[in-house]
Amino acid sequence: MWKHHAKLERNSLVLLIGIVIVVAIGGLVEISPLFYLESTIEKVQGMRPYTPLELAGRDIYIREGCYTCHSQMIRPLRDEQERYGHYSLAAESMYDHPFQWGSKRTGPDLARVGAKYSDDWHRQHLADPRAVVPESVMPPYAFLADRDLDYHDMVQKLEAQRKVGVPYTKDQIAHAVDDLEAQADPFDARGTKMKQRYGDKVAQRDFDGDPERITDMDALIAYLQMLGTLVDFRTYHAEDPANLR
Amino acid sequence: MTTITAREEEPPFGAVLLLILCGVAALISLMATAFSQDPLFRLQGWIFTGAFVLATFATTACLTEGYLRPTPERYEDGVIRAGVIATMFWGIVGMLVGVVIASQLSWPNIFYFPQAGWLNFGRLRPLHTSGVIFAFGGNALIATSFWVVQRTCRARLAGGVAPWFVFWGYQFFIVLAAVGYLAGVTQSREYAEPEWLTDLWLTIVWVVYLLVFLGTLWKRKEPHIYVANWFYLAFIVTIALLHLVNNAAMPVSLLNHRSYSAFSGVQDALVQWWYGHNAVGFFLTAGFLAMMYYFVPKRVGRPVYSYRLSIVHFWALIFIYIWAGPHHLHYTALPQWAQTLGMTFSIMLWMPSWGGMINGLMTLSGAWDKLRTDAVVRMMVVSLAFYGMSTFEGPVMSIREVNALSHYTDWTIGHVHSGALGWVGFISFGAIYCMVPWLWKKKDLWSNRLVEWHFWIATTGILLYIAAMWVSGIMEGLMWREYTPQGFLANSFVETVSAKHVENVIRTVGGLMYLSGAVIMAYNLWRTIRMPSATQVEAEAAAPALALAAE
Repeated sequence: MWKHHAKLERNSLVLLIGIVIVVAIGGLVEISPLFYLESTIEKVQGMRPYTPLELAGRDIYIREGCYTCHSQMIRPLRDEQERYGHYSLAAESMYDHPFQWGSKRTGPDLARVGAKYSDDWHRQHLADPRAVVPESVMPPYAFLADRDLDYHDMVQKLEAQRKVGVPYTKDQIAHAVDDLEAQADPFDARGTKMKQRYGDKVAQRDFDGDPERITDMDALIAYLQMLGTLVDFRTYHAEDPANLR
Repeated sequence: MTTITAREEEPPFGAVLLLILCGVAALISLMATAFSQDPLFRLQGWIFTGAFVLATFATTACLTEGYLRPTPERYEDGVIRAGVIATMFWGIVGMLVGVVIASQLSWPNIFYFPQAGWLNFGRLRPLHTSGVIFAFGGNALIATSFWVVQRTCRARLAGGVAPWFVFWGYQFFIVLAAVGYLAGVTQSREYAEPEWLTDLWLTIVWVVYLLVFLGTLWKRKEPHIYVANWFYLAFIVTIALLHLVNNAAMPVSLLNHRSYSAFSGVQDALVQWWYGHNAVGFFLTAGFLAMMYYFVPKRVGRPVYSYRLSIVHFWALIFIYIWAGPHHLHYTALPQWAQTLGMTFSIMLWMPSWGGMINGLMTLSGAWDKLRTDAVVRMMVVSLAFYGMSTFEGPVMSIREVNALSHYTDWTIGHVHSGALGWVGFISFGAIYCMVPWLWKKKDLWSNRLVEWHFWIATTGILLYIAAMWVSGIMEGLMWREYTPQGFLANSFVETVSAKHVENVIRTVGGLMYLSGAVIMAYNLWRTIRMPSATQVEAEAAAPALALAAE
């Protein structure tokens, strides 16, 4: 047997091909089933793509590296469910390109932080975390409230999302900028159309408390306030036969 | 005679091609920068333009000065010397950023600046991880692989200027990624944060790297490919594969810095951790095992302990590592069979890992006294001990029930650092301590006492670091799940944060000590390089004798 190994040692291409075959197996066996297994591709009532403002907020969440300290994945352990809420479903991150499950909780999990605190709390907490939570080690994000949100590429962003499989309609893509502006202003008449496109539950508010302009803070809070709120767990039953495949 | 001079005067084809490509690329970058509306893309565009213009000038200067001529009779060592310097430079930068972010978590009131978002933890942490893994580790791997493949094949690096392209292309990748992180260009995939444009650039560099490595193997004058080169080859090929799949993404537009991952949710999570864990497996393990397989036997002057063990553990290691990714996703929405597979293979992985450790340690048999006399050998042996420890700890942490406690906590951070500081750092330091006198033709290092200082400061630093993280990780894990007798959660989240303050401070001190060790090393290496070379010393020693003879 050891003699045969000499063939691999004498021919770099055979060695190379051997390595590629050996390292390919594990990934193929583990990853490819996820693309057709029911439990990983099922849809759950309530899931919808992000609104343009939420998507912009999500991009800020990613830009600032929030995922380095905050997870968005509640495990089905007793303490986590009591602390953060119902465990996370696969379907809840089905439109997340990329996923934000995280790997570290230097701060608490955010999978269901939406609607738990007021916009005002988020604003103060983001601007100066230690003003609200004295022991916090979170960085301050006061500058977000001073930066106008750059959404010139919102239509392209929705198109790119559609290309990777998020079912944005042509209507949603065409009105991306309208919908974004409407969501950040409670008195904007375009809000009705926006809600027709994304659902009645979408929050239409002035998230950063500055009605004059749309800032990074608006977008980020809009995103944080919808996290984990899409699936209604009063009507979702994990033991339902449809969910026990 | 005339034909030889004519050939020498002809500029090397590769360099001319490089010159033309750099010129064209500079023009394209400038155009793209001008047309883009996206400020972050423009920032990247300016960096591209600047780099290509600089490269065009530098290549022109080298061509007119007559550098870059092939000298096939000699080894290509210039690029390795550059690699060693880059390794130390980026190592110190990456570790410094690590100390800064550790300080931020210890003293948030002092180390955060409300109006400077680019100095926040979220931007600096990718800078730290990429800085130490890809800038420090990557440069160490490229430099040592170029050294090892030439010596064990008895052939000069293939490809003319290509190795230099790999070196500078890789430095450019680092700069591009690092500036991007500070400015907020990230795709949030851990250890693969650079966005699509940077990813494409790395792909080009990496393919050239693979071709240089393979080309050198093809030129070899030894019938057998030495075991270290199997590991280097597995590292290069697998990293290419992982990089391509994990970074599959749709750019918002060709003039926009942002892209969206091709996968979403649970599929995306598994692809990412398949990548993430094998970045550990193939970048931080296979590559550095290759280093071990050359520099440990070379330094102690003994053959590798067991040829058969190296075959078995090589194939077992690369086969099993790939499966281990799902242990990062225990109790998540990933199907349980996948989690179980990941856990099972993680536990199996313990064996090939220890196979490598045993093969390295037992290479010292008959030369154990060197542990006492040679601090460089001691450093490499301690690195193998840390390798053994963290590859035992890893499988333990991959068990679902243990992971329920350890996941999301500082324990993971401690585990990573026992591997990174202990194994990856120390084996690289050992290899560099070996290579610098060889590369600059010196008899020995400037000071062996400073190596001792480096060893003890850094080792104490690692122990402080990982002990602090064990304590804080297990403590916070237990506090999160602690209940009062009445059945309520005992601690609010922020109580678990403030409870870690002392451990955070100890971690900062440990990291600072490790950084100090690296600074001492850099100083020692600098003095070594500035010493008169071995041949010079001999010439000077011979001079008085000649003078005497002349009298």
